[in-house]
Amino acid sequence: MPGIGTVYRWELFKLRHQKRTYLGLGAAIIVPILFVVAIRLQHHHDHGGDFAFSSYLNRSGLAVPLVILLFGAVWMFPLITALVAGDIFASEDHNGTLKTIFTRSLERWQLFVGKTLAAATYAVTAILLCGTVAVVAGSLQSGFNSLQSLSGTIVTAPKALELVYVSLLIYLIPIAAIVCIGLLLSAVTRNSAAAVVGTLMISLLIQLIGVLPGLGSVQPYLLSTQFNAWQGLLRTPIDWSPIVQAAWVCALYGIPAILAAFLVFMRRDVAGG
Amino acid sequence: MNPEPGSDAGDPDAAHAGPAPIEVRGLVKRYGELTAVAGVDLTVRSGDVYGYLGPNGAGKTTSLRMMLGLIRPTEGSVRLFGRDPQVSVRALEGVAGFVEAPTFYPYLSARRNLEMLAAYDGFGASGRIDDALETVELTSRERDRVGGFSHGMRQRLGIAASLLRDPKLLLLDEPATGLDPAGMRDMRLLIRRLADQGMTVLLSSHLLTEVEDVCNRVAIVRSGRIVYEGEIATLKRGASSLYRLQTTDDERALAVCRAQSGIADARTDEHGRITFAAEEGAVGLLSQALVESGALIVAMAPQTVTLEDLFFSFTEGDGAAPPPPAAPPSTGHDAPAPEPAR
Repeated sequence: MPGIGTVYRWELFKLRHQKRTYLGLGAAIIVPILFVVAIRLQHHHDHGGDFAFSSYLNRSGLAVPLVILLFGAVWMFPLITALVAGDIFASEDHNGTLKTIFTRSLERWQLFVGKTLAAATYAVTAILLCGTVAVVAGSLQSGFNSLQSLSGTIVTAPKALELVYVSLLIYLIPIAAIVCIGLLLSAVTRNSAAAVVGTLMISLLIQLIGVLPGLGSVQPYLLSTQFNAWQGLLRTPIDWSPIVQAAWVCALYGIPAILAAFLVFMRRDVAGG
Repeated sequence: MNPEPGSDAGDPDAAHAGPAPIEVRGLVKRYGELTAVAGVDLTVRSGDVYGYLGPNGAGKTTSLRMMLGLIRPTEGSVRLFGRDPQVSVRALEGVAGFVEAPTFYPYLSARRNLEMLAAYDGFGASGRIDDALETVELTSRERDRVGGFSHGMRQRLGIAASLLRDPKLLLLDEPATGLDPAGMRDMRLLIRRLADQGMTVLLSSHLLTEVEDVCNRVAIVRSGRIVYEGEIATLKRGASSLYRLQTTDDERALAVCRAQSGIADARTDEHGRITFAAEEGAVGLLSQALVESGALIVAMAPQTVTLEDLFFSFTEGDGAAPPPPAAPPSTGHDAPAPEPAR
């Protein structure tokens, strides 16, 4: 009996046969490598910048994924996420295949859930892949060494590795909201390019709001701020408040977006294609 | 077994028990000010090969989309075997087909596309992939990406995708459009073969030969309305009882025709010739009456009418729905007259 699992499996199969999947995952692999190459080329320069873990880039490879998480929030991870989330419904319009799948034995809601899960799976894969490549490349460059937490305490390398991966998981909270926004734009615009660029624009716009003078009070409620929630893990003791805040703030962005996407998908007429 | 095209296959007495494969009532679709479908009623009976004929833009595809649950009607209802496709996709159980050109994922092979659709269908559809590919003669190209397929190959793959569902009802929208003559012939043969296997088929088309060759019943749609629905045979039989008459005194002859028993719809056509509908027996008596009145016959011949003539008589003109073709006066043993235009 076909169901959500059927859709999910075939969506993943389809993703494996699309260039944009490899474009996104390729970026998730290449960016950390390029970052490490840049560190190596500037080996003799002082890396004591004014951002978290910058001074540790040459002392522990485990600082690399954390710095990438810090800068990736600006546009890289939103773009990688949007590449698939923004395309997953719109590509059906582009190929004219909605009418093909809507006339089989699966309800629309099953198709929606299966596709949403596939887009989420891709996003999770991209983040974990990027983090893993950063850990490996960083460790090759700077060694698998202990790390200094944001509170100044030294964290052993195995514990730091654990924190890196939990940080990646925390990072998935705002990424999930980006996925939802991408899915909404994909369902509404029915155009891949518009949905991908639109998702990125929304992400950048929210960041822009965050740097505007006089808007400091809205900062805690901006999606861009939630990309830093993982830093709570790197404090001693762990500060859960930014993580909890990220969960509900991102829900405020993501849930309305996914519900709207669902309604659009369920109610739309398939008049073209 | 599907009856021969042109026979009275849709006889409700002969139809299978249970709800009709397609029952459409008062179907309307409006897009703002534009009315794409303006109150369509039609019934496709079990075993029919039903032609849904109309010029481009007449509302055929929109009607089919509503029948398949792809778009919501503004008004009216569609029932497929008694089930409403707007409520659940389960209404499409035993139903397959495509609207406009069939579409697939261009980056996947023909077989992968069918495997995916079979997985979406369930109920053993995967086991029918080989047969479906064989039926449409695409086995040798099953590993090729659909993105490289010609239009005709996609049309055939569309039929194969439909066959995976082991349908009792097949809805095909312009299946021969864009095909070369050989492709069109093959498509006709394929549809006929499927119909012979017992499938009920609704075939939307503007290609008259396609419909005339394979269908037994037809609806002619114009500007979103059905202007004729019934047996093709009855339609043509009614039309073939039309005669043209030329005499030495047409004015008197017209008066004789109108007064003569068994003669109907006598009038002068745009070329000034008299036309009328009649049974063969009545024509003999009319000849005698004309001679007696002094209007000597110069020429009197039955009109040869093709479905194409009938189609254009229904779909061209001032926009008003034309009347159904004149039926000859009933002698009690004739087939029923065509159903009136709606």
